Amino acid sequence: MNCAEAQSLLHAYIDAELDVANSLEVERHLQRCEDCRRDYNDYQALHSALKGETLYFQVPDLLQKRIQKSLRSDEEIPASVQQPLKHVFSHVHATPWSWLAAAALLVFAFFGIWGITRFWSPINGQHSIAQQVVDSHVRSLMANHLIDVPFSNQHNIAPWFEGKLAYSPPVINLNAQGYTLIGGRMDFVDNQPVAAIVYKCGNHVINFFVWPTNPSNHTSDTAMALQGYNLVSWKAYNMNCWAVSDLNLTILHQFATLIDQHTDIAQGAGPSARGP
Amino acid sequence: MCSGNRLSERRVFVRGRVKGKLVQEYDKRVRFEQLILPHLEAAYNLARWLTHNDQDAQDMVQDAYLRAFRFFPSFHGGDSRAWLLTIVRNTCYTWLHRQHTDEVFDEEIHDIEAENLNPEALEMHLLDQQKLKEAIEELPTEFREVIVLRELEELSYKEISSIAHVPVGTVMSRLARARKRLQNYLTARSKEEE
Repeated sequence: MNCAEAQSLLHAYIDAELDVANSLEVERHLQRCEDCRRDYNDYQALHSALKGETLYFQVPDLLQKRIQKSLRSDEEIPASVQQPLKHVFSHVHATPWSWLAAAALLVFAFFGIWGITRFWSPINGQHSIAQQVVDSHVRSLMANHLIDVPFSNQHNIAPWFEGKLAYSPPVINLNAQGYTLIGGRMDFVDNQPVAAIVYKCGNHVINFFVWPTNPSNHTSDTAMALQGYNLVSWKAYNMNCWAVSDLNLTILHQFATLIDQHTDIAQGAGPSARGP
Repeated sequence: MCSGNRLSERRVFVRGRVKGKLVQEYDKRVRFEQLILPHLEAAYNLARWLTHNDQDAQDMVQDAYLRAFRFFPSFHGGDSRAWLLTIVRNTCYTWLHRQHTDEVFDEEIHDIEAENLNPEALEMHLLDQQKLKEAIEELPTEFREVIVLRELEELSYKEISSIAHVPVGTVMSRLARARKRLQNYLTARSKEEE
């Protein structure tokens, strides 16, 4: 191997990208040739010097949060804003069944509501609870009484409720998912004191109410809008859960899903208890 | 009462469907955050070297992550870091081309003759991280990129070739030229100071 050949392979040799045979050839040449050896040593020194940690730029603190937040808003945008037409059409081609289901749902909902209002009174109770939940939400925003106990660490809110309620509400930290846990508050809904856990998503406040279910009161899962606020309610582990906010229903549903899943995990029981 | 039970069954069914879709979206994001988010450091480092400043680098990285998230269903395993860096690199280049007129990079023009190196000056400056940083900043983008990917990210020629969309041979010749330039810059600096 002559100098020209050795020089052409020198960088691949330094970067350990050569096959064994060529590596040996270069090595042999470097032992014989002083000029090439000096070049090799200089490049090797440069190669080592570039390993210094100060050359690697550190990620700014808030960048990760900023990205996670934009990922979440990206999940909701395509449906409504980004590509409305394309989205709608792709939906038609992909799942015609969902349109049939939607139509069936409409017909069903019409008869359902008619049936409910005629024969089934508990829904009135549910509606009045929804009204109470909205009232509490509005009051909490107006009266500058959003929280009684601010969130400071993972374990300060649940104990605070312990002395005041006969049950332990799930206090779930969703900071990593973009819902900042602000604190907790005592409130009064459905003729009883209830836990209100307060989250923020951007500038939007979410009030999350939890109280034990009453066996005689058959409420079902709902999503509705009332006085410009959106509400989602569901039941988990014999608890009535209500989330209310001026956020749109999709985000509120997402919030509910997160709470639901993390409650599963926190309870560590039930068939649906598994890690995310 | 019978109609009531059927009603709640249907409601559960409907909610289950809405929830199913949300869970799917949620799963996608969780998987994305587990696989791709850990490469944030590499993404930022590359964008920072390519754009020369923090604010633009942050914008590039955020933009790249959003694109990556949309393309994520088409990512079928493999090297997730190289996959993300390709997107970061493309995002930065699109931005760079918008900043400047479209210049075609000429490998040969950027080749320079090796000057007589002053070994002591070189040795001294290699210890000076600030000087090294300046030297890399001075490189043309195409050279800077291979130096960052090879020396800081320790990627293989093959990975660099796929990220930078050039043949492996080009990666090797760019590295050789970039290193020669770095050495010349570091020794040239020492002459000015003398």
